[in-house]
Amino acid sequence: MKNLRKLESLGRRRVLRGMLNGGIVTVGLPLLNCFLNDNGTALASGAPLPVRFGTWFWGLGMNSKIFVPNKLGAGYDLPEEIAALARVRDDINLFTNFNAFRDSSPNICHYTGWVIMRTGQAPTGSEDRPGETIDVTIARAIGRTSRFPTLTATATGDMRTSFSYLNANSPNSAEPSPLNFYSQIFGADYQDPNAESFTPNPRVMARKSVLSGVLDRTREVTKIVGSEDRARLDQYFTALRDLERQFDQQLTKPEPIAACHAVTAPAQDPKNGIDSDAVAIRHKMLTDLMVMAVACDQTRVFNMAYSASSATTIKAGYEKPHHTTTHEEGVDSKLGYQPTASWFTRRAMESWATFVEAFRNVKEGDGTLLDNVLIYATTDHAWARVHSLEGIPLFTAGRAGGRVKSGLHIDGKGTTAVRVGYTGMKVLGLDVNSWGTKSNNTTSEVSEMLA
Amino acid sequence: MPFSAVFSGRHPERSSVTARLCCVIAFALAGQGCSVDSGPQNATSTAHARLISQKQYFNTVEYVFGPDITLSTQFAPFRRVDGLLANGGSTAGITVGQMREFQRTAGALAEQVVSPEHRNFLIPCKPAREDAADEACATQFLSVVGRLLQRRPLDPKVQAATVAEAGAAADRLKDFYAGLAVALEGLLISPDMLFIIDQTEPDPKRPGQQRLDAYSLASRLSFFLWDAAPDDELLQAAQRGDLYTSKGRARAVDRMLASPRLEAGVRAFFDDMLAFDEFAVLTKDPGIYPAFSGETLLDAREQTLLTIYDHVVVKKGDYRDLFTSRETFISPALALLYDGVSAPPGWSRFEVPADSPRVGLLTQVSFLAGHSHPGRSSPTLRGKALRELLLCQIVPRPPPNVDFSQLENPDAHYPTQRDRVAAHLAAPSCAGCHRITDPIGLALENFDGAGRYRTQEGGTPIDASGNLDGKPFTDAVGLGQALRDNPGLPACLVKRMYSYSVGGSDIKEEKIVLPYFRERFEADGYRVPELMRTIAMSTAFSSIAEPAATPAQTQVVADRGGTRK
Repeated sequence: MKNLRKLESLGRRRVLRGMLNGGIVTVGLPLLNCFLNDNGTALASGAPLPVRFGTWFWGLGMNSKIFVPNKLGAGYDLPEEIAALARVRDDINLFTNFNAFRDSSPNICHYTGWVIMRTGQAPTGSEDRPGETIDVTIARAIGRTSRFPTLTATATGDMRTSFSYLNANSPNSAEPSPLNFYSQIFGADYQDPNAESFTPNPRVMARKSVLSGVLDRTREVTKIVGSEDRARLDQYFTALRDLERQFDQQLTKPEPIAACHAVTAPAQDPKNGIDSDAVAIRHKMLTDLMVMAVACDQTRVFNMAYSASSATTIKAGYEKPHHTTTHEEGVDSKLGYQPTASWFTRRAMESWATFVEAFRNVKEGDGTLLDNVLIYATTDHAWARVHSLEGIPLFTAGRAGGRVKSGLHIDGKGTTAVRVGYTGMKVLGLDVNSWGTKSNNTTSEVSEMLA
Repeated sequence: MPFSAVFSGRHPERSSVTARLCCVIAFALAGQGCSVDSGPQNATSTAHARLISQKQYFNTVEYVFGPDITLSTQFAPFRRVDGLLANGGSTAGITVGQMREFQRTAGALAEQVVSPEHRNFLIPCKPAREDAADEACATQFLSVVGRLLQRRPLDPKVQAATVAEAGAAADRLKDFYAGLAVALEGLLISPDMLFIIDQTEPDPKRPGQQRLDAYSLASRLSFFLWDAAPDDELLQAAQRGDLYTSKGRARAVDRMLASPRLEAGVRAFFDDMLAFDEFAVLTKDPGIYPAFSGETLLDAREQTLLTIYDHVVVKKGDYRDLFTSRETFISPALALLYDGVSAPPGWSRFEVPADSPRVGLLTQVSFLAGHSHPGRSSPTLRGKALRELLLCQIVPRPPPNVDFSQLENPDAHYPTQRDRVAAHLAAPSCAGCHRITDPIGLALENFDGAGRYRTQEGGTPIDASGNLDGKPFTDAVGLGQALRDNPGLPACLVKRMYSYSVGGSDIKEEKIVLPYFRERFEADGYRVPELMRTIAMSTAFSSIAEPAATPAQTQVVADRGGTRK
């Protein structure tokens, strides 16, 4: 009885690793009828369903008059600029009347705002990238077991459209191509967790052995460079370590995952360009891949950018891109807002709804994938026309494993927007007592959203 | 020279005699002998550990393994630092995602190299058995390839370990070539491949100071002139110590300048300086500009690079004349934007008619469309690009609290761009910057946002007059001439090229060395290859400003360029 209990405590990975014993075997595995525990809240192994974190970005803020609901709390109204959110209203929270405080730092157009909300710190100049972004911080805590610590994609077609970085010189480049994104996630190195058999690739074992030599060599090289370059070599060393971890994972049969389904490779990439239709199509294709990457536990932290901070999205036949429009289009005296600038924001909100819906469409446990994620959606300005940072809007989506409520419109009462990100960190289980600097420093969670 | 040629002893480059002859001719034309002048002796540059760029990686791989190897990969772009992406390589880090891309690329490359269709001419030996390790053959392949990829002879310990890994993998996989591929992957993802590390040693000519070791100097030369790792001959010159003698270095530099591979180096520099990376995301509204396609984008970039290389290298022309020259190349896609011009498939030489306003690089589609909005031209963007890219000036960002009320409803109130930007000049908060950009850009208003010639905008005749730093002109031809005569034009090229060559320079270094380069450039008739030679031969190029950070780590490594710190 004692031995049997001991056996039960072994995870599938551990059993398989023992069976392999460094050699090459093919293990036939019956597809499990029940991937989950009896009440649908945990994996078959007994581990709870993981809670994941993601970000979403849209550029150039909003027109508050037609974006900010009148009603607070649940069942809030949807002014015309966010009418597209009707289909996901109860799955998201909308935060208004929050501020991004720059303190003594300059207001660097289309930069200061997003950096504050992603790092808690105001940059001191256009070349300053303070700290690290929130997704990197959270990935360090929850992203170590999945295949990719983070996955980052952009619908703009430009891999530089990323709001994720480790430090000033290390942005996480965004994948703009659905074809490449598919290949990266579901290509040759992908291990289907629900595959009936598992054969460790002997070449991976050889690669792992070679990698140890590269690590040794890196230690030597690190000694011959200056201190600044040494830090970069250290980062490279860390990346090699991650590669090593990836090789280990490739040698291990993954747990079956019921929510994970086969993904069909895109036939082709959408046409180049950033007209809003092309952006919407690219965004949808990348979203579908991202969602299944999360469902298949390829990553637990993800980033998606709909547009750049000074978005250059085009409306077919209209001569000015979104950014220029926000500055040069007059405020319509009858409507009281910039109609074409608002048209662009509405397209962004449509894609935001699509993004949220895609997570909701995947069944996981007793609910949906959206129940087990928290998505933090930010922008760069409140009213882009005048580069304002006061009253900057943001969203969350999902319920983080039941730890947060959704369907609320929450008034920030002029406090720092960083509070929303801080709440996200706490919800994800990070041991942080505060986040942000100067006026953006906060120890105050947004209690209204906590379940 | 492809790898197979290294083994066969063939030498596709021009001989060193030819190179010296070229040098003699070039300098005779410039009124000088083939002397070696290394500039200010107190000048130094900074040691960097540059991350290899995607293009450098690809160029190197092509040299080592030949053009049959194809790679489909996208490395993370560098940040533009002091006007150049190349300088961003000196500070770029490697993220987890980037590392995976390096590994994926290495795997794809190694697999092709050992494939049955390539192994016979890329691997110089046959194993005794294909299903087992063969130390001798693995050593022969990995030592030569490793030296070329990592730009110096492999450390004996590293070489032994790499060969051992190849053997162990071959035995495990029961395949000699598969084992070799895994070992090659290791070389390709090692820090010695991915980082171009400036290693230094004490400079015997300047006691207490440092210089690049011979292999690092070879790498700096090669990445500057060829945008690729050193070839076998340059590594041999480094090994012999030739690069430390004036004659030896001149011989090496002149050989490189005479090589066809110079084209890759020249194109890489100008592609970077002109910020052509933006073409990867440039887009035009097809509804507004139906003649502008994805092919136009590619060809616009290529037209300018072809024009530059032809003018500055093939014809050894004056750099400044690029902005007044009527000689260029044309393709069918571009001909659609050159009204009345037809072009056969491919690229053809093309001389713009004498009465055409399309003169010089500023009127090429790459500049006109590259610095416009998706649906309209932009005098501001064009003026800003001219100042920042070609004159190395910095145009300040717009103030965040700018009052845009003056620009409201521009379509309704302003018939032309000139009228619209006039509103900028009327607003004090806008005028400061727009005064230095718009009068330049307005001279290019005869070209729309796609680069097509026009005489009217919305039915209103276009006034293309303007001025550059007080020098007035009436159209784009006059702007090209004013820019050509602006002393800031060659000075900017000198500044960018030096910075590019050493992976980033600071003001202190530049203050010492740039005046010398500017004088030489002028004396050499503003010939770009001569400027490249001047920089490559300079003391600053090979002398290092600071002693190594960790003298306690000093060690002598046999046959790896001497003392490393």
